[in-house]
Amino acid sequence: MALTTYVEAIRQGIWEEMERDKRVFILGEDVGVYGGAFKVTEGMLAKFGEDRVIDTPISESAIVGAAIGAALLGMRPIAEMQFIDFISCAFDQITNFAAKNRYRWGAGVPMVIRGPSGGGVHGGPYHSQNPEMYFVHTPGLKVVAPATAYDAKGLIKAAIRDEDPVIYLEHKYLYRRIKEELPKEDYVVPIGVAAVRREGRDLAILTYGAMLYQALEAAEVLAKEEGVETEVVDLRSLLPLDKDAILNAAKKTGKVLVVHEDTRTGGIAGEIAAIINEEVFEYLDGPVLRVTAPDTPVPYSPPLEEFFLPNKEKILKAARQLAAY
Amino acid sequence: MSAVLKKGRKRPAAPARVPDLAARLGPPPAAPMKNPGLSRARLLELHAFMRLNRMLEDKLSALYRQGKIVGGLYSSLGQESISVGTAYALLPDDLLAPMIRNIGSLLVRGVPPLTLFLQFLARHDAPTGGKDGTLHFDDLERSIIGPISVLGTLIPVMTGASLAARMRGETRVALTYIGDGGTSTGDFHEGLNLAAVLNLPLILIVENNGYAYSTPTPSQYAVESLAAKGPAYGVASESVDGTDVLAVYDATRRAAERGRRGEGPTLLECRAFRRRGHAEHDDMRYVPRDLIAAWEKRDPLDRFEAFLVEEGHATRASLRAVAEGFEPVLEDAAQKALASPFPPPEEALRDVYYEAT
Amino acid sequence: MRHGTAAASGGKGRGRPRAVPRPEVPARPAGRLDDEDMPAPDDALLLKMLHSMKLTRALEYRIERKLYRQGKIVGGVYVGRGQEAISVGAAVHIRRGEGEDRDDIVSPSHRDMAVFLMQGVPPERILAQYMGRKTGLTRGRDGNMHMGDLRHRLVAFISHLGDSIPVAAGCALTFVMRGTDQVSFCFFGEGATSRGDWHEGLNFAAVRRLPVVFICNNNQYAYSTHVSRQMRVERVSDRAAGYGIPGETADGNDLLAVYDRVGRAVRRARRGEGPSLLEFVTFRMTGHSAHDDAGYVPKSEFEEWGRKDPIERLQSALLRRGLVDKPSLAGMEARIEADLDEAVAWAERQPYPEPEECLDGVYHEGGPGAGDGPQGESTAWR
Repeated sequence: MALTTYVEAIRQGIWEEMERDKRVFILGEDVGVYGGAFKVTEGMLAKFGEDRVIDTPISESAIVGAAIGAALLGMRPIAEMQFIDFISCAFDQITNFAAKNRYRWGAGVPMVIRGPSGGGVHGGPYHSQNPEMYFVHTPGLKVVAPATAYDAKGLIKAAIRDEDPVIYLEHKYLYRRIKEELPKEDYVVPIGVAAVRREGRDLAILTYGAMLYQALEAAEVLAKEEGVETEVVDLRSLLPLDKDAILNAAKKTGKVLVVHEDTRTGGIAGEIAAIINEEVFEYLDGPVLRVTAPDTPVPYSPPLEEFFLPNKEKILKAARQLAAY
Repeated sequence: MSAVLKKGRKRPAAPARVPDLAARLGPPPAAPMKNPGLSRARLLELHAFMRLNRMLEDKLSALYRQGKIVGGLYSSLGQESISVGTAYALLPDDLLAPMIRNIGSLLVRGVPPLTLFLQFLARHDAPTGGKDGTLHFDDLERSIIGPISVLGTLIPVMTGASLAARMRGETRVALTYIGDGGTSTGDFHEGLNLAAVLNLPLILIVENNGYAYSTPTPSQYAVESLAAKGPAYGVASESVDGTDVLAVYDATRRAAERGRRGEGPTLLECRAFRRRGHAEHDDMRYVPRDLIAAWEKRDPLDRFEAFLVEEGHATRASLRAVAEGFEPVLEDAAQKALASPFPPPEEALRDVYYEAT
Repeated sequence: MRHGTAAASGGKGRGRPRAVPRPEVPARPAGRLDDEDMPAPDDALLLKMLHSMKLTRALEYRIERKLYRQGKIVGGVYVGRGQEAISVGAAVHIRRGEGEDRDDIVSPSHRDMAVFLMQGVPPERILAQYMGRKTGLTRGRDGNMHMGDLRHRLVAFISHLGDSIPVAAGCALTFVMRGTDQVSFCFFGEGATSRGDWHEGLNFAAVRRLPVVFICNNNQYAYSTHVSRQMRVERVSDRAAGYGIPGETADGNDLLAVYDRVGRAVRRARRGEGPSLLEFVTFRMTGHSAHDDAGYVPKSEFEEWGRKDPIERLQSALLRRGLVDKPSLAGMEARIEADLDEAVAWAERQPYPEPEECLDGVYHEGGPGAGDGPQGESTAWR
């Protein structure tokens, strides 16, 4: 059976939704003729035509704004940010127009803003960011970050079908490195639901995106070398968070480690630690720890970037510290 | 929810698939190059910078193919006349902010090739210490402000820098670049409008090279010449053949004089063509091959060398000697850079904020 | 038009805008707005437009000069006093009541009260909106002119001026995708044209030849910033050539000029010829908002522009023609005032929203793909 890469899964998901629902269309830079900088939209111009695959000028604010206008009239636009780092150019439209529309006057904005996020590709400060928290902090938006090919397809479908604006963060490091066999039938991964990737009773790691794989490798080492069994939970959805999954992991293991590639201060680990603290404090056998990037821009040179990014070793260090409590 | 794609009357579509793209983006008729009053020595210096620009980028390209470059590489092949001609028309302390295809402007300012190799190789001794790559660095002693990846942002920044210079009573002008695609950004608009209303001596070089990644200019905007934007902001504007280094130099010089006279910004469109992909990894399959070929015939170095020889300022041999002279310089710089250490990992934490020493 | 006034001159001379040379490269002609004759409005339409202007003036007067000062308004008040001809002369061209495949859509700004009234929003709902009541257009979620209703084809703007321009372009994009001849109307002030979003939206509409009519209310002040400090061009419509679209400037206090220009731009758009930029020069006859006394505006300007009042002008013209007489005008005014009395009374009786309602309506309720049905008070475009 053929294995589908993460990037191909996204492409399939969009393709199938475009076939299924004529309201769905794509706009962004180089998405048509070029098929997208990472080829996510390859072949779509030929198949769906230039009315539904729109090569725009360099205008992130207009891309998002136009998507809002079209969504108000019942279309289902997918706005691509060539690198998610450029989403900041459209910050205003996203947080002040799209996010608040339904609340203010009942008009929903069913749109998706998607793009490649994350580092590990020598991209430097402007091609490696994880901007999720600007948007997790904005009520009215939804934010998802798939880590598997299955979820990449299921979540892009869920995002497109959602009635509210969804920020869909693809991790560029995973694009061609992750493959799996996908079902032929249509399926959706619900937004707001986490997935347990590995079961364990001693320790829980909550994570998302590319860090999932670092966490799984660390869990394997802990099991083999120390007999510590780690529950690894892939959050998949950052807004809304799957609170039940978080609390269950805390109750089951009593020891929680949150791992994210995003920088430390204001990263979602703080939010998760606060939730656990408020709701299941009695179950804890140790503090909620976090492994994150430091509070700096993403540096470019390989040794700096390696220092910056969380990895299996850093996770192991924190996990051992926690396990020893 | 029924009413989506009605079969109703189709309205005429905007020209998304551009008909006769090759004709629309082809080179304008070439006018003979004219010396705007430069001495032979200065003409030869101009040539030398262009040749150095070309050869340095060839070297970077070779290093890229060897897998030594960290990150992306963006070429200015065929556009060296713009980087060099513009920077050469400025005074040494005029403010300069290059964009990604303006290595030539840094060379004119005296930034050594080694610096650029160190940047592209992500070494500790690079100006950013490996924190950022390509031309994303400042050199304030040379009055250079470096770009970030977000296009258009330099324009408001240079407007502000120019304002500060004026507040301090300086007569420095400010020059920066933007591509044809970058003119679509909100920051282009806000920056240029502000420079205009404050009447600042900002020279905005609009490097129209036909493509923004895969987007040809007819899909980017609906004017024929970007010089049309000048009056739309109330500023002077011109359009020149970007492959003619002397025309570029002359127009920039006039813009600088205009700025120094207190007459405000100039928008200078320099038309050329992006003869390589958006970046090294891009095979540009979306560009008609005959279009590239047409612009190859307008290679700025070839044109200028022909001019120099015809006007008796140089011979083919002397021009070759220039290139031969640069070869060891570049090789040396490349080797030095390759031998140079990477930054220590903990450097990643430094200089997020001001650190008192 | 926008030549230096005492407030605008800035004193020193250095940095003041001067004439700029025309480009040395001939620009492609941006295209004329429309070559055909535009029929003048008939008598019924003239009366209707007069009425709309007078109703707008009266309603805004009530809000700004009466209710606000009585402390009955929640938050700020922004009126379009003296600028009614722009909203009315344009809004009359908005196709409405013909269903979702035919109706135009409009993105008004804060000085376009008339657009709301002409799209069918009753004054009492607007008053309830200003008073933060549950039955205002936003159920108390947002104030004053930050209101919209897709059933009336009104897109609510946000305070970040300029943001509505790309949104209006996106609506027009949808019309093109659906193959209809619907038009997207977009109103903004001259200040908003300095925003990056304005630029991106115009360029996008231009390059894709979208059916947008961009209407600039140049009332010469953005809060305290005179237009000469806002931009260096003489006219906002000068910007149009930079996008390759037609641009025109006309007297914003001349209702018939507004009617004519907007009508032409709409026809252009319906024919698929793309967007136009229309600038109507007027004057902001009040402060930026109710709390601003506009002390920075020379009194002489108020006097000068007061003599060009758009309602006075139209009224005088219709009086001369005999379409109205003094008694009929008095009757119209009396009816307007009586209707507003009732509307105010209704609005004042309206309940405030329940406190817990604060939490409602952040997201669609009903799960993914549950349908595009209404949520609470429906404002869906269906």
